[in-house]
Amino acid sequence: MAKHKTPMLDELEKGKWPSFVSDIKQEAENRGKTSVDLQTPKEACDDLLGLLELTYKDKVVHWKHGGIVGVFGYGGGVIGRYCDQPDQFPAIRDFHTMRVNQPSSKFYSTEFLRQLCDLWERRGSGLTNMHGSTGDIILLGTTTPQLEEVFWEMTHNLHQDLGGSGSNLRTPSDCIGMARCEYACYDTMALCYNLTMEYQDELHRPAFPYKFKFKFDGCPNGCVASIARADMSFIGTWRDDIRIDQEAVKAYVGGEFKPNAGAHSGRDWGAFDIQKEVIGLCPTQCMEWDGKKLKIDNKECTRCMHCINVMPRALRIGQDTGASILFGAKAPILEGAQMSTLTVPFMKIEEPYDEIKDLIEKVWDYWSEEGKNRERLGEMIQRVGFQKFLEVCELEPDPRMIQEPRSNPYIFWKEGDVPGGWDRDINEFRKKHQR
Amino acid sequence: MGYDPKEPLKDRITDIGPRDYKEFLPPVIKENWGKWLYHDILEPGVLVHVSETGAKVYTVRVGGCRLMSVTHIREICEIADKHCGGHLRFTTRNNVEFMVDDESKLKPLMEDLESREFAGGSKKFPKGGTGAGLTNIVHTQGWIHCHTPAIDASGIVKCVMDELYDDFQDMRFPAHVRISLACCLNMCGAVHCSDIAILGIHRMPPMLDHEHLGNMCEIPLAIAACPTGAIKPATVDGKKSVAVNNERCMFCGNCYTMCPSMPLADEEGSGVALLVGGKISNRITEPKFSKVVVPFIPNEPPRWPSTVEAIKKILYAYVEDAKKYERLGDWAQRIGWERFFEKTGLPFSGHLIDDYRFAYTTWRQSTQFKF
Repeated sequence: MAKHKTPMLDELEKGKWPSFVSDIKQEAENRGKTSVDLQTPKEACDDLLGLLELTYKDKVVHWKHGGIVGVFGYGGGVIGRYCDQPDQFPAIRDFHTMRVNQPSSKFYSTEFLRQLCDLWERRGSGLTNMHGSTGDIILLGTTTPQLEEVFWEMTHNLHQDLGGSGSNLRTPSDCIGMARCEYACYDTMALCYNLTMEYQDELHRPAFPYKFKFKFDGCPNGCVASIARADMSFIGTWRDDIRIDQEAVKAYVGGEFKPNAGAHSGRDWGAFDIQKEVIGLCPTQCMEWDGKKLKIDNKECTRCMHCINVMPRALRIGQDTGASILFGAKAPILEGAQMSTLTVPFMKIEEPYDEIKDLIEKVWDYWSEEGKNRERLGEMIQRVGFQKFLEVCELEPDPRMIQEPRSNPYIFWKEGDVPGGWDRDINEFRKKHQR
Repeated sequence: MGYDPKEPLKDRITDIGPRDYKEFLPPVIKENWGKWLYHDILEPGVLVHVSETGAKVYTVRVGGCRLMSVTHIREICEIADKHCGGHLRFTTRNNVEFMVDDESKLKPLMEDLESREFAGGSKKFPKGGTGAGLTNIVHTQGWIHCHTPAIDASGIVKCVMDELYDDFQDMRFPAHVRISLACCLNMCGAVHCSDIAILGIHRMPPMLDHEHLGNMCEIPLAIAACPTGAIKPATVDGKKSVAVNNERCMFCGNCYTMCPSMPLADEEGSGVALLVGGKISNRITEPKFSKVVVPFIPNEPPRWPSTVEAIKKILYAYVEDAKKYERLGDWAQRIGWERFFEKTGLPFSGHLIDDYRFAYTTWRQSTQFKF
């Protein structure tokens, strides 16, 4: 018998989409009857349901503001959480979150997941997020004394560390990349793992003005949304020619291959029309089809991926691959949403990634020095100007970095830009120009 | 053996990072690393990737709740052990992917997934989320575990996905549609580039707990947190506190993030805003921000009918009217926003005209409009 009546939440058990309420209920039931020596309150899931039901009634959340908890030596990875009705829901009086650094691309062995489940059933609520917004495995709800216990077991038995929170390097994340995608222009998983390991100190010990995120997209399709979500976005690209299999193009035109890898097969869109659907939609109009041969003026291509997405069996990314690096994306708080700005049009992505690390450290050094408290990198770049940011990165200005040149003429000239500098003599001036 | 509270630093292990992903890869993935030639979507939720070695990997993608119990994860493991050699993966949009290396293993896996239901009757593993259709909603924590939300997350997502369930399992849209939810303006979910974004917002300035504010908060940090400079120091009944110029408040909640004595959330004041037309990919057109088209819908637990209805209006107007390959934002831009409001039936109001930074760039400086 359920501990709390939850008539409103019960409405969320209806319908076909998986019900998180049903899932919490099954966990509550299992905790009630398990033989595991639970180190956290048996009724945690029951009380969480009770608290959520109360919230549905009140329409205002019942979790208190933060609370400084953590594991010794780390400044992130644990988020304190206390219920504001502890007497009514004692099993979730303290109900802290732990962020666990997910493996690249979120592949798992069942062996590892079971170990994690065993640990979290015994020492936590048994509830998780697979996964949180940034990418971590989120362990949802445990008591203060269990934090060190969980950390000890996780590091010793699972050989697994916590993720980031607060003003530090947040847990990096990446797309599936070369593991299972033909569009991957560099090894996103290897780079994500390498940089995560390189910057463990920055990840665990907040020393930045605010949070900092790396995300790794293997191609301009952008499956991990790095351009919108990362202070430093890596987006795979290439600088040679799209590879064309002319026979396969004909097979698409002839209806032998399903266009778009079958992505539009739920509706009758009529026969595939290469002229209309590929040539006509190319944003730079750099393609031609004469009925026999597909031509691409690769120099004019901006690698938007459309033609490749439509005909994946005929067109392949180039072979001189690497990544574009963009900086400064963030959600709207505070100055408004920003997408990342193209800063390095192309870089080869090769181990040991020294060129990347050198760039990262230049940016961090400057931001740590100049950034204000809770100022994201993108906001700082707006404040100091993109020209200044390029100087920090030691990069030459390039028209690829802008949408268009400035339309105002208020150039902040420097003294060195003018031959002879800014020193002038007013008396010399007056010899030629009367007062 | 284990943690000893008397000697917290004994045998301590730190800074070891995540597990190496190479330990977790199925053999077919490991062997064909970087060798993939092309893929096909065999049916909604089922993909095949073909390698230059001739190897194939078949993937079944199923929707999941991001909130997941260990009981449920163990069930996922049981399925992966039975059919997939003990491997699986999660996607960035809370889907679960089960992979097999032979077509003959596909049918038993799909039947197994299809057969599993929660006690309440909902599906545990709905197949879908591929191609030109609707995939799973990414979302934030909401009322289940966050301290600043204006709306719930998991509940609203459940209501929307129940209504759009058939579209998760179909590929009849002009292009793919990404719906995302963030339960407050902090946007842990970064929903600002989604085709449809469900966003929690507040409409009431913070309350001031003068009695405790001076002790609970770093007043200068709270003042500095306000983007419009609406907060100033004040002494109230002899106690150090702050005063808020309500006229200037933009209801962002940044002050509450810095100071627990300034709560904003309210039964009437907080609710849902809808933004549309954002995109991430560089395909055909450049990435775009989402735009606010519904300024406020009240919280309506447990099923949020008005929110669900508004989303359906937007989505189906787009699905009926857009051209093949056109994302929601590209469609709105082509037909014009005046036409967008006409076709969706959503009311336009002054709330939707920008008056924050760079507002001018969103007003019309031309005579090219439609009657």
